[in-house]
Amino acid sequence: MQETMIERAKALMESKSVVRVVGWRIGEFGYDVTPSVFTTVDDLNGNFVYNDFCGSNLSKYLVRLSCEEGKVLVFLKPCDTYSFTQLLKEHRIHRDNVYAIGIPCNGKIDIEKVRQAGGEGITAIRSEGSTVIARTLYGEKKFDRKEVLSERCLNCKSKKHVTYDELLGEEGEVLDSHRFDMVEKLEAMSSNERFEFWRNELSRCIRCNACRNVCPACTCEKCIFDNDNSGVSNKAAADSFEENMFHIIRAFHVAGRCTDCGECSRVCPEHIPLHLLNRKFIKDINELYGEYQAGSDMETVSPLTSYTIEDDDPSIVNRRGGGHDA
Amino acid sequence: MSMNGANEFRPNIVAFCCNWCSYAGADLAGTNRLEYPAEVKIVRVPCSCRVNPLFVLRAFQRGADGVIICGCHPGDCHYTSGNYFARRRMTLLFSMLDYLGVEKARTRVEWVSAAEGAKFASVMKDFVQTVAKLGENRRLEDIRCKRQ
Repeated sequence: MQETMIERAKALMESKSVVRVVGWRIGEFGYDVTPSVFTTVDDLNGNFVYNDFCGSNLSKYLVRLSCEEGKVLVFLKPCDTYSFTQLLKEHRIHRDNVYAIGIPCNGKIDIEKVRQAGGEGITAIRSEGSTVIARTLYGEKKFDRKEVLSERCLNCKSKKHVTYDELLGEEGEVLDSHRFDMVEKLEAMSSNERFEFWRNELSRCIRCNACRNVCPACTCEKCIFDNDNSGVSNKAAADSFEENMFHIIRAFHVAGRCTDCGECSRVCPEHIPLHLLNRKFIKDINELYGEYQAGSDMETVSPLTSYTIEDDDPSIVNRRGGGHDA
Repeated sequence: MSMNGANEFRPNIVAFCCNWCSYAGADLAGTNRLEYPAEVKIVRVPCSCRVNPLFVLRAFQRGADGVIICGCHPGDCHYTSGNYFARRRMTLLFSMLDYLGVEKARTRVEWVSAAEGAKFASVMKDFVQTVAKLGENRRLEDIRCKRQ
């Protein structure tokens, strides 16, 4: 797939249809891949990569790049096309200035999981079918691909590309995922247990703002968290309240627009399961206001910018299931 | 939060009241000499949908033990549809607070019209009692904002 992509990118660049390519650049090792902009054909050769570690969602870069002179070529995985469509819907991307190529994805590997499974000192890593083979300083190691797939890919919601100009590979289907399982498990806990769970998770937050910076739904030019008067603009949270408030507000600001691409959890240096907050909003919206998948089309009105007269009162929260304290 | 001589817990309640219905309802309760607890501190907002989720969290941060949002009855909004949006927003916010383990009884939305002075008083009495039973807000507090 990588060769086909490079061929296409080169052809488009040489025919002057596009002037820049957004893709993934190879790092020192096979697994440290960074999103990058390529402007020359030479740069594409040898530096452009598409492998099991190209997890990053490139759609957010288009917000800025599509404003620049000349067309930009972007490679989008199925879940990235949801974010792309959502950004188009919000008029954040100049569609005329983007050439989007849909590429297949069969799940991305979480290098942390490989490391935890004993993959120390990896020098090269590749997958063959359902096994992942890592060459390490201590010899070759094999892993079951399912064991090291990132959480969001285990619960992949769709292999379908929503918006694209050209598709490499086959058109996929929307999948039946179990992505709300963990949310349900949390809901079934008592509120004390939930509080403990979230204190344990959120207290690790170092307020690096990576979750906000990477989120394709967070594209405000001025962010509330950059306001010195917001009370939460500090680097390290000084109080447990700040962590709670930051994460509630971050998740709330993308509620109804979050496509559940899982980038927030991927980039979190403290491995906080931030997607569980977003999924709670998605689950609530689905249950209360009808099934809604952000970014699945351009027409459907977002549940938080619309209403029906029959909506439930907020007191529904008290009547719904979920654990209570004795 | 304050304690009186008898060591009785008196919660701090912030009530966001919409200018057109609930605030007038509170006025009516006053002119009718209806008593409602002094723990309730009213913040007047132009519409219930003016209440940003941050306002609720900020109230908790600054020492509120309970937050109640009062607006016009659905269908009666001065701006036609404000309270419908507020309804969805607050439902999601309260559900999220519950998900994070914050007691859900600390937050409430009530529809109080300008003619319902008696309802305003009874809603506030009931809410203050509920929150008083829960005790001090410990799960969404900012210790830096606590007055000793």
